[in-house]
Amino acid sequence: MTKGQKAAAYTILIIVSFVSVFPLYWMISAATNKSVDVSRGRLIPGGELINNLKNLMAQYDIGSAMWNSFKYAVILTLLALFICSLAGYGFEIYHSKGKDRVMSILLLAMMVPFAAIMIPLYQMFSSAGLLNSTLGFILPTISTPFLIMMFRQSARSFPHDIIEAARMDGLNEFQIFYKMFFPTMRSTYAAAMTITFMTAWNNYLWPKVIMIDKASITMPMLVANLKEGYVTDYGMLMLAVLLCTVPTAIVFFLLQKSFAEGITGAVK
Amino acid sequence: MSRGKSSTSLAKKHNRAGWIFLTPATIMIAAMSFYPMIRAFFLSLQAGKGNNLTFTGLSNYTRMFKDAVFMQSLKNCFFYLIIQVPIMLVLALILASILNNKDLKFKGLFRTAIFLPCATSLVSYATIFRALFAVDGLVNVILIKVGIFDTGYNFLANATSARIVIILALIWRWTGYNMVFYLSGLQNIEYSVYEAAKIDGASPFQSFRKITVPLLKPTILLTAIMSTNGTLQLFDESLNLTNGGPSNATITMSHYIYNMTFKYVPSFGYAAAMSYLILFLVAILAFLQMKVGDTRD
Repeated sequence: MTKGQKAAAYTILIIVSFVSVFPLYWMISAATNKSVDVSRGRLIPGGELINNLKNLMAQYDIGSAMWNSFKYAVILTLLALFICSLAGYGFEIYHSKGKDRVMSILLLAMMVPFAAIMIPLYQMFSSAGLLNSTLGFILPTISTPFLIMMFRQSARSFPHDIIEAARMDGLNEFQIFYKMFFPTMRSTYAAAMTITFMTAWNNYLWPKVIMIDKASITMPMLVANLKEGYVTDYGMLMLAVLLCTVPTAIVFFLLQKSFAEGITGAVK
Repeated sequence: MSRGKSSTSLAKKHNRAGWIFLTPATIMIAAMSFYPMIRAFFLSLQAGKGNNLTFTGLSNYTRMFKDAVFMQSLKNCFFYLIIQVPIMLVLALILASILNNKDLKFKGLFRTAIFLPCATSLVSYATIFRALFAVDGLVNVILIKVGIFDTGYNFLANATSARIVIILALIWRWTGYNMVFYLSGLQNIEYSVYEAAKIDGASPFQSFRKITVPLLKPTILLTAIMSTNGTLQLFDESLNLTNGGPSNATITMSHYIYNMTFKYVPSFGYAAAMSYLILFLVAILAFLQMKVGDTRD
């Protein structure tokens, strides 16, 4: 690379990084300032964080929305990882013509737009009494073709010798899955966990459809309700946005490295 | 003899274990995607308000083409698709190939920074952009200070500027996401190919066009299909950034379907018919993209 090319590359990277990070910085700074100061264009963090939090907690049940989002997302992630990794493992390790055919049918579900199944799902769930429930939140996305494919792809690199050796040692098929496959595929699990947790936490349309009780609403729903007020309190609003972002940001940073590795595996 | 017999029964046992392992996931997808899809189809053949539905054949399907708001929402989605997706994918590709360069420092830092917007929820970033582009938002404050405007401009009240804000927001949120896919794909390309090209006197632009783009074709195809699918299903941004306004200039199909189902007196049948059009479009576009991606040059 010539010096000029290097300079151009750094300039592009710095500008794009700045544009990417700035709105998030602004969110944090706005969460710590008074609404009037935010409107005046103040960019330096202020000392109003506690006040904004008090206002927010006085007007909205932020604790319950955080807890709901957390509960729904964690339970969904654990179950989806278990069900989909078991299936991906089954499709790959014991592959046969029939199973390959089933897999290609399942992949069609990737094309199904959520808007198309939203109405029947709503009807099914309301007649089954699952509105406002954790089960109602998790069932539609507990098994996704994307996750199954990801685990199937990673099972491809799982050595058959290990399976044979484990069988010799008298482990049954399920034991091989959770004693051998599960520990060796940590990075795939981490990537799948990041994606599933973030998608679940950020899901907005489905909870908006089935969480009718105020007590069952999620963080994204609370943020959306907040901005519908007549006068916008920017400090309070951005604090809610920040609280809605922190959990996914933490998961993202903790698992970033394995996430990149997992994606690499899936793309291959 | 007996050995052969026991090994076939073992193979049978393993085959059965495989089926058992994939059963829960398969049942759930069948129950939560395929079954509702079939129900939606039967719904789409019925008309009426609430639960008083009567069979009407294909009238819902003809109705949507005379529905000005739905046609507007269809146009809007295609507008986003044609303008935003190419800009985003090209930008992501350029960034990935810059970050793939071995001579640069702080690559991890840049990658994290550019990927960071993906950590925000759709509602969150829509809310942030709405606040930034509000009449008293930061963008206006800066434009007034610089002297471009005298008073705050209402970006979200004008059809063109509202659409541009949505496009900017989408590019901001998703470029890093696509970049990660390209970076992963680039790891499968031997770096020595680039070094050889450089020795042969290829400029960075030439190696981008002649090496990166052709070798990344499968990944580009994957991201193009994912983005098309996502754009045709846009909902959160339309609802939370512009609320579909001004006067439906930015409303998306999913947003309109949602309104038809849950906001006004529910028209389940009509909404289901419109949702089938989305499915149809997603399928056709995915098929076309795969055809285009398959042609060897």
